[in-house]
Amino acid sequence: MAQNIDEAAAIGSGGAVRSAAVAEWDAAQAGRRRMVLLGRILVGVLFLGFWEYASGRLIDPLFVSSPSAVGMRLWRWTVTGSLWTHLSVTLYATAFGFVIGAAIGFALGLLFGRNQTVADIFDPYITALYSIPKIALAPLFIIWFGIGIESKIAVSASIVFFVVFLNTYAGVRDVNPIYIHATRIMGGGGGEVLRHVIIPSASSWVITGLKVSVPYALVGTVIGEFMSANRGIGFIISQATGLFDTTSVFAGLFVLGLVGALINVALRHTEAWLLRWKG
Amino acid sequence: MAIAVEAVEKRYVARGRETVALSPIDLRIEAGEFVAFVGPSGCGKSTLLNMVAGILPATAGRILHDGRVVDRINTHVGYMTQQDSVLPWRTVFENVELPLRFRGLGSAERQQKVGEMLSRVGLSGFEAAYPIELSGGMRKRVALAQLLVYEPGTLLMDEPFGALDAQLKLLMQKQLLDIWAAGQQTVVFVTHDLAEAVTLAQRVVVFSGRPGRIKAIDEIDIPYPRDPFRVRFLPAFEAAYARLWDQLAPEIAKGEAV
Ligand SMILES: Nc1ncnc2c1ncn2[C@@H]1O[C@H](COP(=O)(O)OP(=O)(O)OP(=O)(O)O)[C@@H](O)[C@H]1O
Ligand SMILES: [Mg+2]
Repeated sequence: MAQNIDEAAAIGSGGAVRSAAVAEWDAAQAGRRRMVLLGRILVGVLFLGFWEYASGRLIDPLFVSSPSAVGMRLWRWTVTGSLWTHLSVTLYATAFGFVIGAAIGFALGLLFGRNQTVADIFDPYITALYSIPKIALAPLFIIWFGIGIESKIAVSASIVFFVVFLNTYAGVRDVNPIYIHATRIMGGGGGEVLRHVIIPSASSWVITGLKVSVPYALVGTVIGEFMSANRGIGFIISQATGLFDTTSVFAGLFVLGLVGALINVALRHTEAWLLRWKG
Repeated sequence: MAIAVEAVEKRYVARGRETVALSPIDLRIEAGEFVAFVGPSGCGKSTLLNMVAGILPATAGRILHDGRVVDRINTHVGYMTQQDSVLPWRTVFENVELPLRFRGLGSAERQQKVGEMLSRVGLSGFEAAYPIELSGGMRKRVALAQLLVYEPGTLLMDEPFGALDAQLKLLMQKQLLDIWAAGQQTVVFVTHDLAEAVTLAQRVVVFSGRPGRIKAIDEIDIPYPRDPFRVRFLPAFEAAYARLWDQLAPEIAKGEAV
């Protein structure tokens, strides 16, 4: 074809060339990352150093324990295996509650988002339920499901459900109808519209909901464990509080914080990959 | 007959206000015909295409496409909308192959058809790019490739080349004419550019200002194959352009006076 134009050939292979500017940009980014990392380590060391210093000198260790004592406690838990016994219970309940709450929230969010009338009918009830602090449901769940892991799963699932449901709903309402029409005219059926248009378009909302709700799932589980349990990190913390064992309290809190942070890193990477089209 | 518009009227009701977008119009478009719509902004051209595509219901009257009354989404047309309809979460390749997937074509066949169409619109090498990484004109060409790749019998095109520079526009016009000559599709082509309408179409429909009516229909007496690079130097082109401009100019002036 004589009239054929080839813009790609004119500006290089699809524009994906690694030039000096790219290298320079990468180097600048790496430098900044190094500085941030250094700053983080510095803040952590200063904080722990001050804590260690203050403990016994400025404040009674009975109240604040000390980083070295907390570290020793964590080490002992690790070697005796009790850390994993309790942590695995908490993680299991968190993961289960998250998956159940997220699945139901996502499915109902899609349904309501695609059906204005259903959404309008249920709206006041959902708002009312949403306004109840889910923590207030924990005692009820313990009555229903017992003091075992099921009641903790129920608490975290009920928290996750609302966050994911409301985000999915908002995301589905937000889909540009142009995309739906164009896809249907091209011959896409209902399922294909859902798969190729609605879900990807709503994905940034849904992912935000999932990301926000993971820490909530952990919180829900731990609250359940506080109230009544015989295993789990929340159980350890509440038991230690009763015994004025602040070292164990801090050790338990540290484990929760670490788990939360690790989950967050994993989620950020997943999000970046799923939303790569947003540039 | 490919498209019959029978006493079709469109009024929008939004927030307690009624806008008459189209006063009753009648129009017949034959199978294989290339028709252009021109008219002042806001006269209802996009509204009419949306109704032919079955996205919008008519307030009164009816539209027939290939003998069927259009009363739902019309999957027998290909529609390149005025706004961007390329899916931002799919790469260029994945966008163009989508209609082929819906038709159940195998991977190899999709690969081959999409590759060929992307090279026709000058986007070879951009298969893996996401729409956000493209310019507005490039996205338009993705939409064009997507429209043409599955060979619908009727093409509705709403200002498809508006975002392109003058040279690229001529190249795309040439491609479209070649494809039309080979496939004999029915084409309805909306444009703001009178020269483009005269270059491409067999008939040009001039709309009045809002509420839109059909003010004039002009046959363009230039034989095909037409060369978009040279057709403008023909006396017949100039005559048609002048005739259409005389119809259109007062409508545009009216619009600006409001
Ligand atoms: N969804 C809507 N609600 C209310 N009014 C609308 C809506 N869409 C279009 N209109 C009105 O209908 C009229 C026709 O709009 P339309 O988009 O069909 O014009 P057009 O001829 O395609 O204009 P342009 O050349 O600028 O694209 C306009 O006056 C516009 O205000
Ligand atoms: Mg328009």
